[in-house]
Amino acid sequence: MKRTALALALLIAFPLAMLAIDHLFYVSFASRVLIYAIAATSLNLVLGYGGMISFGHAAFVGAGAYVASIAIAEGVTSAWIGWPAAILASALLAWVIGAISLRTRGVYFIMITLAFAQMMFYLVNSMKAYGGDEGLTLPQRATLGFGLNLGNEVVFYYVVLSILAALLYALHRLVHSRFGRVMVAIRENEARVEAIGFPVYRYQLACFVIAGAAGGLAGALLASHGKYVNPNVLHWVQSGTLMIMVILGGVGHLWGGVIGAVALLVLEHAIADYPIPWLAQMAPNYQQHANLGVGLVLLGIVLFAPQGIAGLLSRKRHA
Amino acid sequence: MLFLLAAGLTLVFGIMDMINLAHGSLYMLGAFIASTFVQATGSFTLGVLLAIPATAVVGMLLEMSVLRTLYARDHLSQVLATFALILIINEVTRLVWGSDAALPGPAALSGPVELLPGLRYPAYRLLIIGVGLAVAVLLYLLVTKTRVGMLVRAGASNREMALAMGVNIKTLFTLVFGVGAALCAVAGAMLAPLFAVQVGMGENILILAFVVIVIGGIGSIRGALVGAVLVGVVDTIGRAFLPILLGAFFQPRVASAAGPALASVMIYLIMAVVLYFRPQGLFPARG
Amino acid sequence: MLELKGVSKRFGGVVATDNVSLQVAEGEVHALIGPNGAGKTTLIAQISGSLPTDSGEISFLGNPITKAKQYERVRAGLARSYQITSIFRRFSVLDNLALAVQARSGSSFSFWRRVAAEAALFEEARSIAGEVGLAEKVHSLAATLAHGEQRALELGLALATRPKLVLLDEPMAGMGPEESARIIELVGRVRAKLTVLLVEHDMDAVFRLADRISVLVNGRIIASGKPEAIRADAEVRRAYLGDEVAA
Repeated sequence: MKRTALALALLIAFPLAMLAIDHLFYVSFASRVLIYAIAATSLNLVLGYGGMISFGHAAFVGAGAYVASIAIAEGVTSAWIGWPAAILASALLAWVIGAISLRTRGVYFIMITLAFAQMMFYLVNSMKAYGGDEGLTLPQRATLGFGLNLGNEVVFYYVVLSILAALLYALHRLVHSRFGRVMVAIRENEARVEAIGFPVYRYQLACFVIAGAAGGLAGALLASHGKYVNPNVLHWVQSGTLMIMVILGGVGHLWGGVIGAVALLVLEHAIADYPIPWLAQMAPNYQQHANLGVGLVLLGIVLFAPQGIAGLLSRKRHA
Repeated sequence: MLFLLAAGLTLVFGIMDMINLAHGSLYMLGAFIASTFVQATGSFTLGVLLAIPATAVVGMLLEMSVLRTLYARDHLSQVLATFALILIINEVTRLVWGSDAALPGPAALSGPVELLPGLRYPAYRLLIIGVGLAVAVLLYLLVTKTRVGMLVRAGASNREMALAMGVNIKTLFTLVFGVGAALCAVAGAMLAPLFAVQVGMGENILILAFVVIVIGGIGSIRGALVGAVLVGVVDTIGRAFLPILLGAFFQPRVASAAGPALASVMIYLIMAVVLYFRPQGLFPARG
Repeated sequence: MLELKGVSKRFGGVVATDNVSLQVAEGEVHALIGPNGAGKTTLIAQISGSLPTDSGEISFLGNPITKAKQYERVRAGLARSYQITSIFRRFSVLDNLALAVQARSGSSFSFWRRVAAEAALFEEARSIAGEVGLAEKVHSLAATLAHGEQRALELGLALATRPKLVLLDEPMAGMGPEESARIIELVGRVRAKLTVLLVEHDMDAVFRLADRISVLVNGRIIASGKPEAIRADAEVRRAYLGDEVAA
């Protein structure tokens, strides 16, 4: 609890600190990080707690992003319509994809989720009316009303933070609920769960849909944040990036998605914008090859610290 | 060509029970290495032939160093680790070669060939088909007629049993991986003149290869062949005829936009349908 | 209570169960014996629903369940324990059993309320733990239990679903004499409330517990009846019992 309170306090204080030193850009960056934290947390639900290796999660984030964008592009700027619409759309998509994919097991499941995501990518890519492969630029962010101007970076940040906090709390309750127990048991020993009387398929589908819906919300926020969306948000490499975040942060840990998103994005940003002199001397273009570092770190984590950062932190606490 | 990639992939997955996302990277490396050799030797054939063992060696080194530790791990770890490898290999390739390389086809085959009176077909594409068939036959002979092939098939259908019977698993696995890498090299080098040799070419074709083996059944080379043919045919027909079909119902603008998109989507739909009725693919090697 | 008619299953070229017909009467302990590879576990899997039958019918309590899914059969009162221990290793004993209790008490599509607050669930789980002799170990992680205790938990999971008929697949697998005696005693206690279909190799236990015995060889039932009759049956002795049965 104390760690949670501390983390929350830091997150709440952050923009105020940035305002004080007049680095407003970082608030926008932080919003982006938090949005990815939401997306990664939604993947953590299905991957970490549900044990389902979904390689197509980007499809849900992307669907949410596109629905929210199309709404704004067509003049419906209210977030109260756009965002629930995004959530509903991704939930529906997750229902369809999940219903078919969950009939398969193991690698077939991974592949079919991947394939469906690619299918969505191609579909969206061909929607010339909404930008096709060039993407869609939005005139403005969604509007919330109540005097809250989402165009203001600080306001937007706090809205995103509230959503993230609410989501984390909901996840916490979910994990400790009846449903959560069943999901964790399924991850542990699926056959036995069925053998004690639970229709496993239904539970997995429900988990999949919930995660998809949350992903869609992240997508809607992402669209508003950058005022731009393009098909790459649905590409399977994006799914991979989300997975990296979850693994890095700690798969199956409550804060795993958040830690992973923060770690990865901050690392990427740091490498790109802050040259390390001695490294630059050895390899002048090293900043363009940041992915190499990411790859090596990921490989290291998988081989040596599969529980991610959260795992390392909790080990230290017990040791 | 898709078959070549799929065959290597299905073997690795069927025998070693390992999902290898970096398979596409070997395909890319094959193309890049071939481009270097072709430029060095000035001969297309020689360059490609040299690239094959070179890529196989790289593949085997990779297997012996990193991939071996992944066999015992769960699928998620394999997915993530090989995804990490993709990132690493992509960047290393960029560092060594730059973002793309040139690999022009042999001049002698750049023109069309007349197959039947009035039916002309590019000579190089004929070569590709020929090579593909030759390799398929070679693989078939290797797998069904030789002792090594029998070991491979045994390993694919029941790994524990093969282990229990004293098969030297480590060497077998490394060899299988090497063969898979060699197949990638052939595919990569031969397709290079048609498509661009660039970083990232592996990922696009990787998904198709996975779709092929999922449709065909994991661990089955026959399945890979059937799957590859099916996918290729659907793709080609889809691209050629769907716009025409759609044009009958919709306005030309819509048809020409939706056509290619639907064609790509067709393949995934087929996969979904196949998996719905046969969750193990058409010719599963196990069970 | 349970009736099988002509149940068959083949895997490729291998016939695992061949036209098996069997009846288990209410309240009895019915033992299923036979040499290794006879198809006993396959038959159990078909009855419990984790394996579909190629042909034949299964009915339970008068209702046909041949097409029913596994969880539906469990809800109807047909539970199973596994020959190879299949428990939730990273859960505590209490949580293991509580989950099974949860399965039959209300919907688990509940996303908000904490399970820990449901005292009734854990009360029941505790009492089941006591029934199988694990009262002392309720908070231990399942993975840390000794083999015999894990087998007891295995049984407990099956019993926790409060079945009317329980399929016990070699409950004494890998146990020493003391532990086996405890399981025999447990089955003895349980039979008053339940019907039992018991698969076992331990002839001692079988002849002590069983009301009736069926013998499965190469996927086919070669004999079925009271223990004395089975003991005396020449074909059974040839195929399976041999000189094992002394008295």
